[in-house]
Amino acid sequence: MAFNITVNGMVHTVDVDGDTPLLWVLRDTLGLTGTKYGCGIAECGACTVHVDGVAQRSCTLAIEDLDGSEITTIEGLSSGGAPHPVQEAWITEQVPQCGFCQSGMIMTAAALLSETPNPSDGEIAEAMTNICRCGTYDRVRAAIRRAAKA
Amino acid sequence: MNHMAVSRRTFLKGSGAVVVSGLIIGFVTGPAAARTGAGKLNTWVVIAPDDEVRILIGYSEMGQGITTSLPQVIADELDADWSTIRMEFAPADAAFANPVFGIQGTGGSTTTYGSWETMRAAGATARAMLEQAAAKRWNVNASAVRSENGAVVNASTGESLRFGALALAAAEETPPKVPPLKDPSAWRFIGKPVDRLDIPAKVDGTAGFGIDVQIPGMLVATISQCPVFGGSLKSVDDAPAMAVRGVKAVVPLKNAVAVAADGYWPAKKGLDALMPVWDEGTFAGGGSDTTLKEFHATLDDAGAVADAHGDLAAGFAATTKTIEADYTAPYLAHATMEPMNATAHVTEDGVTFWAPTQWPGLLTIIGAKVLGVDASKITVHSTYLGGGYGRRFEPDFCLQAALISKAVGAPVKLMWSREEDMRHDFYRPGSVCRMRVGLGEDGLPSAWETRIACSSIFSRTVPQRVKDGLDHTSVEGAVHLPYALPNRRIDYRLMPSPIPVGFWRSVGNSQNGWFTESMIDEAAHAAGDDPLAYRLKLLADSPEHAAVLKAAADAAGWGKAPAGRFQGIALVESFKTIAAEVVELSVSADKEITLHRLTVAADPGSVVNPRNFEGQLQGALVYGLTAALYGRIDVVNGRVEQGNFDTYAMVRLSQLPPITVTLVPSGRPMGGAGEPGTPPIAPALCNALFAATGERIRSLPLMDHGYTLEPVWG
Ligand code: FES
Ligand code: FES
Repeated sequence: MAFNITVNGMVHTVDVDGDTPLLWVLRDTLGLTGTKYGCGIAECGACTVHVDGVAQRSCTLAIEDLDGSEITTIEGLSSGGAPHPVQEAWITEQVPQCGFCQSGMIMTAAALLSETPNPSDGEIAEAMTNICRCGTYDRVRAAIRRAAKA
Repeated sequence: MNHMAVSRRTFLKGSGAVVVSGLIIGFVTGPAAARTGAGKLNTWVVIAPDDEVRILIGYSEMGQGITTSLPQVIADELDADWSTIRMEFAPADAAFANPVFGIQGTGGSTTTYGSWETMRAAGATARAMLEQAAAKRWNVNASAVRSENGAVVNASTGESLRFGALALAAAEETPPKVPPLKDPSAWRFIGKPVDRLDIPAKVDGTAGFGIDVQIPGMLVATISQCPVFGGSLKSVDDAPAMAVRGVKAVVPLKNAVAVAADGYWPAKKGLDALMPVWDEGTFAGGGSDTTLKEFHATLDDAGAVADAHGDLAAGFAATTKTIEADYTAPYLAHATMEPMNATAHVTEDGVTFWAPTQWPGLLTIIGAKVLGVDASKITVHSTYLGGGYGRRFEPDFCLQAALISKAVGAPVKLMWSREEDMRHDFYRPGSVCRMRVGLGEDGLPSAWETRIACSSIFSRTVPQRVKDGLDHTSVEGAVHLPYALPNRRIDYRLMPSPIPVGFWRSVGNSQNGWFTESMIDEAAHAAGDDPLAYRLKLLADSPEHAAVLKAAADAAGWGKAPAGRFQGIALVESFKTIAAEVVELSVSADKEITLHRLTVAADPGSVVNPRNFEGQLQGALVYGLTAALYGRIDVVNGRVEQGNFDTYAMVRLSQLPPITVTLVPSGRPMGGAGEPGTPPIAPALCNALFAATGERIRSLPLMDHGYTLEPVWG
């Protein structure tokens, strides 16, 4: 089956089984490996992307339900060469350790800030349910606060 | 110094595609040097004519920051301009053994210098050679020139030459016999919170992890191993998988079946369609509960003595009060964020791996055996590791990738599902412990007895390190404690079991630190003393430990918790770093815990990058906290029950208060960064819980006792 999706502003027609999760279309079909696999059951958030502007866990989104959607991945988060304010804050606060969860963290944070430009600690905690096995949560919170002020 | 070499000419990079000229210094860092005392050079400093200082690192970056701290040390002794420093992963072994180098190994004692001294020496050697070359160019004495931020300056004329302009000439110089190390007061990078070099690539998705490897013609495979430990594959009908679109091959292995396809999803669908027939072997009825009960039943038997001092019997005879308690620590999975994976290409010419591995050298050695090829024909390219915590010391998943590649005749990226990762780990050993403590007139321990039973990690991984039934990793954290325990005995029963065990962040310290620091707390309460004051009395002869404990207590405001909040403290030295932690919490009548403050203090001797060190301590604390609350791997009918984060739960941001870190480096020998933050948290948490509720937790995790962890941010 062929499906049309727009990823980071480019239209793609992908010919895969309809039950293929968006995650694997991005990674294996389109070669966009910045989006990670951590659990496959929408628990960890490593696979978070924006679907029509909303943060979603791409490991459980079947491609057949996304025909025509606009997807943004970590590769497309920044525009015009300058890092996204969330990415900048992530560097300033030196958030990543192993880094594997961080694409998902950043995509979740970017969606939070576009909806709630100045989130409270409670709102940050509610939105940031991603798992980080390296335990970078303290700095994730600090970086979101910083990006909110930027 | 250990294993340093200087190359005068060229450096053949990777498969030979890029040739770099310049001054090249190669050396061994890290565990390979310490463990084997030999081995190939694995780290290189290349000073190129274009002024770039490239540091090729043969060690794994799994989040601990080695790819920044190592360059910091080298750059300082080199007196480099930080903006010219580039970090790359060194292609391992085969490429480095390339004879193009004309290596002159200077060999020597590996025990007098750790890798830190080697890195300093490498930087200092390069700087001396650059200075010599400059002196020659200006026709002056070597003493008339000095380095300055990536250049050499002529003291009398003020002229200066960039390192890049001197690199080729410097390569012709003779390395100094004694590298001219800087005085620490002149360091510009060591001890400073330098930004990590790997972070930019980790915020824009470009950092290449194992699962991101793409090789032309590559297939993606996924695997199902016999669910029962020790079992094997009897047969499998490959037809259902072959019917799935995109599936290219079904590969039976000794104890597993793999499906290779043109992507992960078809491979997974193919695998799910298979009905492999397993020979479940002898452990099909086995379980972790029974196993731990068997361990427990041996606690009265004699054990191998790990630490003994004084006269235990006399110590007990002199007691006014004896306390005794049995503790049980569960099996734990690593659950690295990136599930196990590796890419391999087996051809007639040899084997190439692209793998997130903690131990490329071991992969070469074991790979040669398992694959029947000469070690010189194995090349390992390290990728970033999506977490290691000890799991990625094991080469199992890499070898599988090679076997599958061999079977299908193409490069193969093998990716385990999360479930496979959790069910085929090498677990933190489940361990049982009986402690008896006799308190003297003064309330302090006049007798201290610890009996431990668990499986041994070294008997599988490094059998020669098990001596007289003693595996140090099974007792570390319970032996040679900093406390004054004049009459003591700590002994160990080595319990074989089919449940595979391995190195889990902080290894034995994780459970033994909990046993010991819980028991010290029990003793303090039995003596009617404050847990901090009691420990300090026992640390009279361990001032460094006392200092760390006090630093943690001060930072946490020990004894000053607001009404309704309770504190617990614990102190564990591991990997030469002393760490103390304080937990401040409250507990509702329904056993809902809220964490209000978490405090860490640590003395790692000296610190290369304090900001990174702080992050490591925080992360290690969270890792241990998660385990203390939720971590438990159950084996039932020979197979692991938990499979994913829905059943092996994780602490999330909402539940964590700020983690305050205080570093008190005392200048003692340098200790580790990544692990020492883990051991103290479980006892600090349980001790705080005791303070709050009077309930002494003697088996983990806390959720088994009905506790939950509530969000702290509202
Ligand atoms: S991989 Fe999608 S949430 Fe974990
Ligand atoms: S940085 Fe390693 S899992 Fe988050």
